[in-house]
Formats: sequence, C-alpha cells, structure tokens
Amino acid sequence: MKIKELQRICLEVRRDIIRMLGEAGSGHPGGSLSAAELVVALYFSVMKHRAKEPDWEDRDRFILSKGHCCPLLYAVLARCGYFPVEKLLTLRKLGSPLQGHPHNLEVPGIEASTGSLGQGLSIANGIALAGRLNKKNYRVYCLLGDGETDEGQVWEAVMTSNHYHLDNLCAIVDRNRLQIDGKTADIMQLEPYPEKWRAFGWYVIEIDGNNLAEVLGAYLQAEKIKGKPTVIIARTIKGKGISFMENEVEWHGQAPKKEEVEKALKELGERI
Amino acid sequence: MRTVFNKTLLKIAKKDERIFLVLADIGYGEIEPFAKAFPDRYFNVGVAEQNMTDIACGLAMEGNIAVTYSIANFPTLRCLEQIRNDVCYHNVNVKIVIIGGGLAYGALGVSHQSTEDLAIMRALPDMVVVAPADFTEAEAATYAMVKHPGPVYYRCGYKKEPRLHKGKIDFKIGKAIQARAGGDITLIGTGTITYRVYQAAELLVKDGIQARVLSMHTVKPIDKEAILKAADETRGIITVEEHNIIGGLGGAVAEVLAEGGVGVPFKRIGLPDTYVHIVGSHDWLLDRFGFSPESIAQVAKNLLKCRQ
Ligand SMILES: Cc1ncc(C[n+]2csc(CCOP(=O)(O)OP(=O)(O)O)c2C)c(N)n1
Ligand SMILES: [Mg+2]
Repeated sequence: MKIKELQRICLEVRRDIIRMLGEAGSGHPGGSLSAAELVVALYFSVMKHRAKEPDWEDRDRFILSKGHCCPLLYAVLARCGYFPVEKLLTLRKLGSPLQGHPHNLEVPGIEASTGSLGQGLSIANGIALAGRLNKKNYRVYCLLGDGETDEGQVWEAVMTSNHYHLDNLCAIVDRNRLQIDGKTADIMQLEPYPEKWRAFGWYVIEIDGNNLAEVLGAYLQAEKIKGKPTVIIARTIKGKGISFMENEVEWHGQAPKKEEVEKALKELGERI
Repeated sequence: MRTVFNKTLLKIAKKDERIFLVLADIGYGEIEPFAKAFPDRYFNVGVAEQNMTDIACGLAMEGNIAVTYSIANFPTLRCLEQIRNDVCYHNVNVKIVIIGGGLAYGALGVSHQSTEDLAIMRALPDMVVVAPADFTEAEAATYAMVKHPGPVYYRCGYKKEPRLHKGKIDFKIGKAIQARAGGDITLIGTGTITYRVYQAAELLVKDGIQARVLSMHTVKPIDKEAILKAADETRGIITVEEHNIIGGLGGAVAEVLAEGGVGVPFKRIGLPDTYVHIVGSHDWLLDRFGFSPESIAQVAKNLLKCRQ
C-alpha cells in the first residue's frame, strides 16, 4: 500500500479516536494518537491477517500491551473490517464489547486482554515460543508504552526474548516521553534507553514513529534480523495531530468535550 | 471520596512528619498538594508497583508511616508477594490505599475492577482491612489507619459518593457503625455500597419491615459482637458487598455466625463468581448485578418469608 494511502488511513483513524472518546466522555487520547502510524502500518501493510477470519492460524499476532490505548486498536480493526465502523461509537457504553481496556473474548481481532501494564511482552514471548515450536511462520508484534517499561516484568520479558533468540518477535516502544503523572524523565529516568535494550541483547532500531516511511522501513528491517529479537524505539508525539493535545500531559486520560471534538476534527480534516 | 482521602492525609502529614507517600504513576490531579508541601516525603517511582510497595516497606522499617496509593488492583494484586512477605511479615507501618474499590471504574473493564481484594487482603496475617462507606467514614478511617500500628488496606471509593451518615460518627477500627436502627432484619454493608443498603432498608418500611443497617467499614478484624448481637435481636442477616461472593464480607460474617452457633437465616449478596466482562457506568453495573435497593429489599423480604 502506498504511503499516501496509509497517511489517509491514519487521519481517518485519528478522527475515529476523537469521535469515540468524545462520544464516550472518557478514555485515553494521548497514547492512542501517538501510536497511530505504528499500528496502522502493521495492519494495513506489514502483518498477514484476515479480518473475516480473525482466528486464522497463520496470522501475525499483535499484542497491545498498553491496553489503555485500545481506541486506536478498535479503530484500526474496524477500518480493516473486523467489525462495523459504526460500532466504534459504542466505546465504553452500557454493555458494549468495546471496553475501556481490550477484551479478547468480546472483540474479534483482539489477541490478548490487557489493561494492567507490563504484562504484554511476556505473553508475546509465550506466543513467539509456541510459534517456533509449532513450526509456524507467524511474527509477533508487541506495542508498549515508554512509561510502561518502568515495570520490572518488562525487563524480565526483555531478558527472556533474548535468551530464546526470539527473532520472530518485534517489540515497539511508543517513546512519547510522557506517562500519567508527567514526563518520563521526571518520574523515572529511562535513559540511556536504547543502550539498555542493546545491553539486554536486542537489536535496536530508532525512528521517528510518526513518520510512515520510517515506520515501514523499521518493520522491514526487523523482519530481516535473525538470531535475536528486535525493538523499534519510536520517538512520537503524545496527542499527535491535535494541536492542543500534543505533548500535553493532561491529555493522557481525558476525553475531549464537544467543542474540543469539533476543533480536533477540523484540524484533522484540514490536513488531508 | 478520593479527594477526601487526599485532603485528610495532607492534613495529617502536616502534623506528623513520619508520613510518606509512595506512588506508581497514579496521582495526577490529586496528589500535587502533598508533593508540593512535602517534596522530601513524596516519591513517584513510575509504573512499578512492586518497587513502590517495597520502597514503602523500607521507609516504614526506619520508623515512618508509608502510604502506597494507586487504582484498583495495581497496589494490591500486582505486588501481592511484596505485601505478604515484606509488609505483613515484617509487620511494618505501610498503608495500602486503592482508589475505585469494586466496580467504580465501570467502563474500564476487568483489569480495573477490584472485586477480589477484600478476600485476598483479609487472608494476610496482620493486615487490617477497611472500606469506608461515605466521606465521613473516609475521613475518620484515614485518621484511624495512620493511628493503627501495622499494615492497613484501605479500599477507597472514587467520586461523589452519597452521604450515609447524617451526623457525627464514632469510627473505630473493628467496630461496625449502626447507620439505621431496626429489629426485624439486619443488613450489613461494607464500603460505598452501604448507601444502597440503607436505601433498601428505607424501602422495606412500606412492607412493615424495620431493618437495622450496619456499616461494617472494617472487614478485618470483623466486629463479632455486632454480628452476634444482630443474630440475637433480629430475624435474619444479609450481607452486601461490591465484591466476589467468595471470601469477603459475607464470608467473614458467615464464619462468625457458624462458629457462634447461631442458626439465624442468612444470605450473602455479592458479585457472582465470574468476571464482570460487560462494561457500563458504575450505577448501571450495580443495578444489573443485583445491587439496586429494590433487589436488596426483595432478598430481605424473601429471607424473612422463608422463616415463617
Ligand atoms: C500495572 C498498572 N499500573 C498502573 C496503571 C495505570 N496506568 C494506565 S496508563 C499509565 C501510564 C502509562 O504511560 P505510557 O506507558 O508511557 O503510556 P502512553 O504514554 O503511551 O499512554 C498508567 C500508570 C496500569 N494500567 N497498570
Ligand atoms: Mg508514554
């Protein structure tokens, strides 16, 4: 798929996210918007998957370890045809399958139920190990937040992927430099960050995660790395695409109000 | 209730310099006044609850009172062994505070529902388990928690819980508070659900039933005396908790009744032993799972009927 087309889908997905959160009245816009290119590129260009056959055995697997960013995943799945786009507006509504954190038994295409941070990469390790034992060619992708990697379990998992040389696994860190309570640099210093992953035996690719050409390039490169796991450290802008949300900590977990929705949609519309 | 807790803690910390607050990236919009007032007694260790709990343990070992604080299961289940082996086994002054007990984060899904916490925390030796019902209890419980030497688990509500107690209360750890007098049946609640229990009691008046309502804000140590007294003075006991039906308030009360040798009609109201994997507002979920005042009242009527 052409980059122009992917860019159009990213815009569409960002609008979906804003509409969903506006309708729900709560949710996490910042980290959903920052990772749009990362997830859209996977589903519309990189991964083998079938919207009409979500359980297809040979599909590539995607684990959203930072489960609070599920509005992004819901929008991407809907745009891929896993379920009707109209359903997006039921986010967090009474009885809706689209919960505030993803539930794999309710929504087709969700690989793992997440919401408690720090657990996804371990699950991804298990799936990657099983894939290798079962002689399957699928690849496993796991998206983490940078704040999320404060969790000790993440580093247990990081060691494991290296120990078992899981080259069928690709981790992506949305390095937007913000978490709930502030800047990652103020809350818990992560740097020297790429060096940490390297020291743990990973192949590290650093990119601008809001630049589709770089994102696609990184996924291609990751597939070619053999004998070790790859992490893409994607520098992004939290709240990307909406001027008043970009890099603002308060947009981690609050929904836009009506006027803000309109303003945001206008900004997104004008950029087509 | 979250705001009441934070304000009270700040007030106490102004007088008691042993108070430390240890966070794991959940405090935005609430803890800033504490962080500002006591930058040396405030640590935010990032999204790392196991680390948070044991830092608190270390601080407490040096004679301080360390409060850990996060939402739902993150400061409890995520770091359960740190709580068991480090906080409880050392019997140190760590206070574990959760925001959003039960289904308060209704739309966020199972990862954000705290519905097994009472049972699990209750099973830990030396742990005191409190769940205030309203703002008045929340404030009093904060003072009581700090005063109590040793580990305390404090299940806080979220926002805008209605007022249960009209006047002043006498809050003591391990002593239930009677929120309504009555001699026909006793309804025992814990935490913010107790307001609905009170409403159920008011509904029962129409049927000529006077229900006693007990706010069992301390699930451990449980108030045996109040339970046995209720068994003696009223014709049935019902427990109501926003928690899995297994092992929480209902379990604790059942233990007291069984060992007390009293054969009073008894019924537990709680969440079924499954995950609440539908979402909705807090109130909607409560109604749906049998916590409307009407359904609680109906259970009470049925219990009294089967007695006759
Ligand atoms: C174990 C656990 N602790 C705390 C939380 C609450 N929480 C939700 S999002 C978040 C911050 C995450 O920051 P980051 O990983 O950087 O996400 P992003 O910036 O991409 O939104 C926290 C602490 C959680 N979901 N799970
Ligand atoms: Mg972040």
